[in-house]
Amino acid sequence: MPSSEPGPYRLLGGRIPYVEGPLKVTGRAEYTDDIQRPGMIVGRLLRSPWPHARLLSVDVREARALPGVLAVLTGDRYPTPFGVLPITHDETAIAVGKARYIGDIVAAVAATDELTAEKALSLVRFEVEPLPEYSDPRSGLSKVAEPIHARGLLGSNIQKEVVQHFGDVDAAFARAAVTVRFRGRFAGVTHAFTEPMATVAEATPDGRLTVWSATQVPHYLHRALSEVLEIPMHRIRVIKPEVGGGFGGKSDPLPHEIVCAALALETGRPVKILFDREDVFYTNHGRHPTQNDVRIAADADGNLLGYDIEALIEGGAWSSFGTVTTYYNGVLAMGPYRVPNFRYKGQRVYTTKPPSGAMRAHGGTNLRYSIELALDALAEKLGTDPFDLRLRNALPPNSTTINQFRITSTSFVKCLTAVRERSGWDAKFRRLPYGRGVGLGCGFYISGSNSPIHFTPKMPQSTVHLKVDMDGGIAVHSMQADIGQGSNTLLAAIVAEVLGVDLERVHVQRVDSDVSPVDLGSYSSRVTFMMGNAAREAAESLRDRLVAAAARTLGEPAETLEVGHERIGVRGRPDRFVTFLDALHAAMETSGALTASGSYRSPTMGGTFKGARAGTAPAYSFAAYVAEVDVDVETGAYRVPRLWAAFDCGRALNRLAVEGQIEGSIHMGLGQVMGESMNYRSSRLLNPSLLEYKIPMPQQMPKVEILLVGDDDPEGPFGAKEAGEGPLIATLPAVGNALYDAVGVRFSELPITPDRVLRGLDLRAAEHRPWKGA
Amino acid sequence: MSSRELLSFRLNGHPVEVPCPSPRVLLDLLREDLRLTGTKRGCDLGTCGCCAVLVDGRPTLSCLTLARLVDGRSVETIEGVSPPRGLNPVQAAFVAHGATQCGFCTPGFVVTATALLRSNPRPSRAEIERAISGNLCRCTGYIKIIEAIEDAARTEE
Ligand code: FES
Ligand code: FES
Repeated sequence: MPSSEPGPYRLLGGRIPYVEGPLKVTGRAEYTDDIQRPGMIVGRLLRSPWPHARLLSVDVREARALPGVLAVLTGDRYPTPFGVLPITHDETAIAVGKARYIGDIVAAVAATDELTAEKALSLVRFEVEPLPEYSDPRSGLSKVAEPIHARGLLGSNIQKEVVQHFGDVDAAFARAAVTVRFRGRFAGVTHAFTEPMATVAEATPDGRLTVWSATQVPHYLHRALSEVLEIPMHRIRVIKPEVGGGFGGKSDPLPHEIVCAALALETGRPVKILFDREDVFYTNHGRHPTQNDVRIAADADGNLLGYDIEALIEGGAWSSFGTVTTYYNGVLAMGPYRVPNFRYKGQRVYTTKPPSGAMRAHGGTNLRYSIELALDALAEKLGTDPFDLRLRNALPPNSTTINQFRITSTSFVKCLTAVRERSGWDAKFRRLPYGRGVGLGCGFYISGSNSPIHFTPKMPQSTVHLKVDMDGGIAVHSMQADIGQGSNTLLAAIVAEVLGVDLERVHVQRVDSDVSPVDLGSYSSRVTFMMGNAAREAAESLRDRLVAAAARTLGEPAETLEVGHERIGVRGRPDRFVTFLDALHAAMETSGALTASGSYRSPTMGGTFKGARAGTAPAYSFAAYVAEVDVDVETGAYRVPRLWAAFDCGRALNRLAVEGQIEGSIHMGLGQVMGESMNYRSSRLLNPSLLEYKIPMPQQMPKVEILLVGDDDPEGPFGAKEAGEGPLIATLPAVGNALYDAVGVRFSELPITPDRVLRGLDLRAAEHRPWKGA
Repeated sequence: MSSRELLSFRLNGHPVEVPCPSPRVLLDLLREDLRLTGTKRGCDLGTCGCCAVLVDGRPTLSCLTLARLVDGRSVETIEGVSPPRGLNPVQAAFVAHGATQCGFCTPGFVVTATALLRSNPRPSRAEIERAISGNLCRCTGYIKIIEAIEDAARTEE
């Protein structure tokens, strides 16, 4: 059971059921595919069967002539490139000139029904010239015959290269008493949310375009639509219905969203594009397949002296968030330990495969696995306990890392202490019988990216508007995107907390760019921190006006009043109060309905060198997990029966949601470490279905004990930090290190499938390395 | 379009007659023709459980069920297991336990769990896990879903 100290707040810090829960459990919540518009037609996409091909010519006459077909689009119609990062616009709505992977969109059709649309797609004829396939990122590191994108570095397929050096790593290694090296290889994994992507678009005769889409980041979609379709943003209205999970996979503006809008413009009819599961897999944007090489130096006492890290990251066909990924695979090594010297070289290379992108705990996951396994190897060499090594090196609060990350709050030491005790570590580590083991893995993640993706115009990262009229219902508007994580609930709870009213008075409105002020959306684990602060500011300004009105009514000075229980009254005088409604009506006498606004912009931080902003965040989360594993050494199959998760998200504002995020993260992390993998034969994805891409079953989930030990963060709303992504990271190395404790093999290739376990055991036997009496 | 037949079956307790082209699957009939959109389409391939409905009381993947096979039978969707006002005990427990996050899997879980508790009012944990093993959830790690079903079983007693 999680710790449950009572906090100073009425609602926040408790267990707040999700506000839209009743709609979701009855099937009444509206997702994009549930939207029906009068006269709506169907959009379908033709995907490239070629891994890499020049599109010489296309003939759409037959497709266009088919009865029921209203439009056929190819890449030349809307060729303006776009992409989530303004510096790497290398995608187009429909392929222009070249197809870059099996699955790339090469044409689109709008028709009265699905069968007609499918038929029309089969009538589109391409003449193509096959181009070389690049399915191995290593093959793209130097000049290639036909770079996938013209922007590749020096004629290669390298999309981004990052080289950083802080301190003097060579000197650190030269004076080290101990060094270790761990080379990890990670298969690509994907989000596997349950709701396939879907978009509905409608162009109306008033010159406006409305787009409903299953997106995590309505604002970036809004921008991309405007850029590619060349329509000013104010004439486009983006609406986000309920979203059935995203985990990063719905955070890029995606080509089909633009295509859907384009088809609506072309036909004058509302158009829906609904993905099937294969479309989802080919769209991917999942975690990058990665090879990394981590070297760590320490002195004889176990003080870390330096990290030397290299990463080769496979980007697939487009840039997506790749520039950020390339930085994160290095700089997210900066916590949770003090690292006095640091060198990193990272390369992200295009391949002719489905694009990689941002996935929960983006950039921090594969890196962390290798670091944490290397640290356990280091502890073994030093003859010290893995916990003691980490305790010795924990980053202190209010410190600065060598690359100038500002660390404010950290309860990492509390995480370690709590999880060590609750898991019974000292009685288990190296003491369980062969085949069973425990392992420690730690985590560190940004609580919101300090630098918004778009710098111009300079705006706050989050804005929240409130409106309250005489009915006393409080409408909350913000473009923050609840994709299931509970941000609507938190938004409502913060407003209710500050105003001292019941939660049911607060109505969080659907995201609609016509009325929702900009918030950058659900990525980089930013929502609680940024939206939370904006909501608090908005609610406080509303509260002050209500208190002023109450002061006038009561004839008491405002400073003596307090809010709570739907009243505003004199502190310590329970009989002297006005109700919330009376105060509201008094306040409305001069102005009518009250409105208030709040916003958040993160403080200036970070160094001035190239790439200094990557990884800077107004706060960081910390984690220490212990996993227990049970290996069947005959078959290589293993289970994770128990997992203890100590997490520092500052103050947990909604324990139900924080637990939910941690439990879901553990599930997703276990999937990656135990079995999930995007499998390819050269560039062809072999398992684009949920049958062949298997996520863990209920029976595979461990018994999880959550320990929320965070102290208040000084800048987080009510002391909170993120809990949406960081909780995934520690899961993987906890299992990896537990496997070492169980069977004596540090598995370096993920997923760690039973056949890899067996191979590891064979290898250990061949090297005559005994383990715990085996 | 192939020949249209008239299907008659009980839908959420009421007899209905619906025209249906013969290759139509039940999920399309429900979502597209009858506009009962509470039943979700996650894969169309029988792999996710989002489209689960009850046919003669048994959880059934509507995306794999030809609509004409329900002729003369009884179909219950999430709309049918929901009371006209408020929530059934399974639904109330899902809300209280935070067993919904994105909610896209939720209708499938709710109908599956409702059927389980009708036939087995006091299921063991293993029985719950088995009952929901055809339903994927990517958000919750199943923990709060299982807790909610256990809780609903307790309160229904
Ligand atoms: S939609 Fe039927 S099982 Fe996925
Ligand atoms: S709540 Fe999102 S898939 Fe289950």
